Amino acid sequence: MKISSKRWSAGAAVAGIALAVAGGALAQGRPLSVVSWGGAYQDAQKEVYFKPFMEKSGIKMVDESWDGGIGVLRAKMQSGANNWDVVQVESEELALGCEEGLFEKIDWAKLGGRDKYLKNAVSDCGVGSIVYNFVLGYDGDKIKETPKSWADFWDVKKYPGKRALRKGPKTNLEIALIADGVPPADVYKLLSTPAGVDRAFNKLSQLKPNLIWWEKGSQPPQMLASGEVAMVSAYNGRIAAANKTDKKNFKMVWNGSLYTVDSWVIMKGSPNKVQAEQFLAFVSEPQNQKNLPPRIPYGVTHNAATALVDKAVLPDLPTNPANLNASLYINDKFWLENLDKLNQRFNAWLAK
Amino acid sequence: MQGQESAESGGRALAGRGAQKPAAPDRSLAQQLAAAERAKKWRAFLLTAPLLLFLLLTFLGPIGALLTRSVVDTEFASALPTVSREIRRWEGHMLPDEATFAALIHDVRVAREAGTLAPAATRLNYDISGFRSLLFATGRGLPDPLQGSARDALIEIDTRWGEVETWGAISRASGPVTSLFVLAALDLKRTADGGIVGAPANEKIFVQVLARTFGIATAVTILCLLLGYPLAYVLASLPARTANMLLVLVLLPFWTSLLVRTSAWIVLLQHEGVINSALLQSGTIDVPFELLYRRAAVYAAMTHVLLPFMVLPLYAAMRAIPAAHVRAALSLGATPLTAFWRVYAPQTLPAVGAGVLMVFIQALGYYITPALVGGPDDQMLSYFIAFYASKTINWGMAAALSLALLAATVALYWVYDRLVGIDRIRMA
Repeated sequence: MKISSKRWSAGAAVAGIALAVAGGALAQGRPLSVVSWGGAYQDAQKEVYFKPFMEKSGIKMVDESWDGGIGVLRAKMQSGANNWDVVQVESEELALGCEEGLFEKIDWAKLGGRDKYLKNAVSDCGVGSIVYNFVLGYDGDKIKETPKSWADFWDVKKYPGKRALRKGPKTNLEIALIADGVPPADVYKLLSTPAGVDRAFNKLSQLKPNLIWWEKGSQPPQMLASGEVAMVSAYNGRIAAANKTDKKNFKMVWNGSLYTVDSWVIMKGSPNKVQAEQFLAFVSEPQNQKNLPPRIPYGVTHNAATALVDKAVLPDLPTNPANLNASLYINDKFWLENLDKLNQRFNAWLAK
Repeated sequence: MQGQESAESGGRALAGRGAQKPAAPDRSLAQQLAAAERAKKWRAFLLTAPLLLFLLLTFLGPIGALLTRSVVDTEFASALPTVSREIRRWEGHMLPDEATFAALIHDVRVAREAGTLAPAATRLNYDISGFRSLLFATGRGLPDPLQGSARDALIEIDTRWGEVETWGAISRASGPVTSLFVLAALDLKRTADGGIVGAPANEKIFVQVLARTFGIATAVTILCLLLGYPLAYVLASLPARTANMLLVLVLLPFWTSLLVRTSAWIVLLQHEGVINSALLQSGTIDVPFELLYRRAAVYAAMTHVLLPFMVLPLYAAMRAIPAAHVRAALSLGATPLTAFWRVYAPQTLPAVGAGVLMVFIQALGYYITPALVGGPDDQMLSYFIAFYASKTINWGMAAALSLALLAATVALYWVYDRLVGIDRIRMA
């Protein structure tokens, strides 16, 4: 989840060169560096993870933030002066970087074993850090009869008004198929066939006269607030934030929502690998994870953690079993393969 | 200008005569003259040199570099050089020979070690969906050491290595140049045996968008002319003081940022904007109009932004036309319409040409205004150039679309030159 827009990479590169010039001795002695998305999210992480970790382990660590992008990680490794140890990445960067050998393999035995975590939070190179969803959002003050699924998103008779979806094929083709009655478990199997892609586009075409498009995660709550649209697809965190800070009564439909997982990775060849593994073990503890959701509404990845979370935040938590079981994991393997062609087709469809 | 030319030719003639005559003082005079001429030319050149250099570095250089990216294709060949060489011998009808398969295995192994497989995989995925993971899965699945046939080993890892289309994509990506991006910008693609076919119907987009781009630019140019001509005429016929004051009204938006002017249109046109609120409150309508995200909004905003480029050359030309001309025509018995059409209008034609060309060519490259006030089916070609350059980081495609736009513009300029004549245009 990219929230901040601070740019540390340039400074980090300079620091990297300085380290390289100063020689290996200095590099060996540098503190553990942990890189996350910045903003309100990283502030919460500082309180819940970073400070307690330093106190408990006595390990010196510094935290930085970045905006994501596999190119940044590639450049760090190719420069030979990588000064990041633990980085939070999105699922796409995790898949790409693991394939390209940018990350260390995770020793799951040190984290209690793969089966202790959500299935989609476990991979060869990364440990899931947070879970968040694309949900159907609407204004509870304006729509009284509760929509139940994406099928209601398509029902412009019962729920008049425009709809807003994220511009691009990713998430929308899944949503279209689910709205068309495809069971979530079969969505990607169907999308891998030309007939399935046609079906998704046909379904989107039905709604096209009523659709407008958003590009930034901050837009859907604004569109709901201005009354421009009746329903949106949106990040659950943005809807929750609008309710909290702007005192809105926006509601979310978790049924048929799409979720994704951000992960912690250890950069290949990190001189602080031992400390990094200790850090991952610490942030994966259910007792530590349970403190994150009350501060920011993202799900946590250890199977035992959600049960410990404050009951007040549970209804709007992505890893609440009721929500999690009703949602579909966004398949990044599928999108890495097919995004080029589907982007082209989506643009052509949109321009018609 | 003419005076200068004759002085120059005079100088040359003198120098020529001086060269024929052997007399010493005369010759040195000719030499001195020639030297003075040379120095003058050098000074002129040195004075313009910074500008030339600036243009070269900031304009011609980058444009050239960008446009070459539409055909240069070295990402695959630099990561997998051996197979790129071997595939040149391939004819494209059957599977390539054993040596090519072996070269691929060798290259993938080396590239995997060096960490250079990713750009090659990205490049292949542009051509065939799924090629990215095919290359990485192949890298992981390679038998070590290779026993028996390289062809069998690869087909065992993935049956796609046994398909001609797969090798067609490798052949097309083997560089050093490619037609993939330029063809894609024209909704075309190549087959394994080198033929050119149309893209699938549901992926065709750019020819239509190019036509739309020219359509919008034409409509905006016509609107600017229809609004700008009478406006410039009125301004030109007013006393200078009043005209100058009114001209500020034309210039003020001209000096305002394009983004501000476009945003102002959003404020006016949006669902709960100024126009809709006024109509709702006055009771004219019950439901707000959808004014924004439509073609009409694009026309209105672009015409507003580009109008000064039409008015200013027209105004300058009309100011220079003596009022006596029309009066003379009237006194010789012409009707007002005839006097205007046969005496006045022809004198404004060069300025009309200038205004039309400036508005039209600027309109062709518009991006921000249609992106902000237009709907998805109002986007012009520049939108897609930006999409590929900044969203998907596909420079080949961005460059190919730029090339298409530039080529179409130059072609149109040429047609314009043949029909109207560029030398007849007067900027002011």
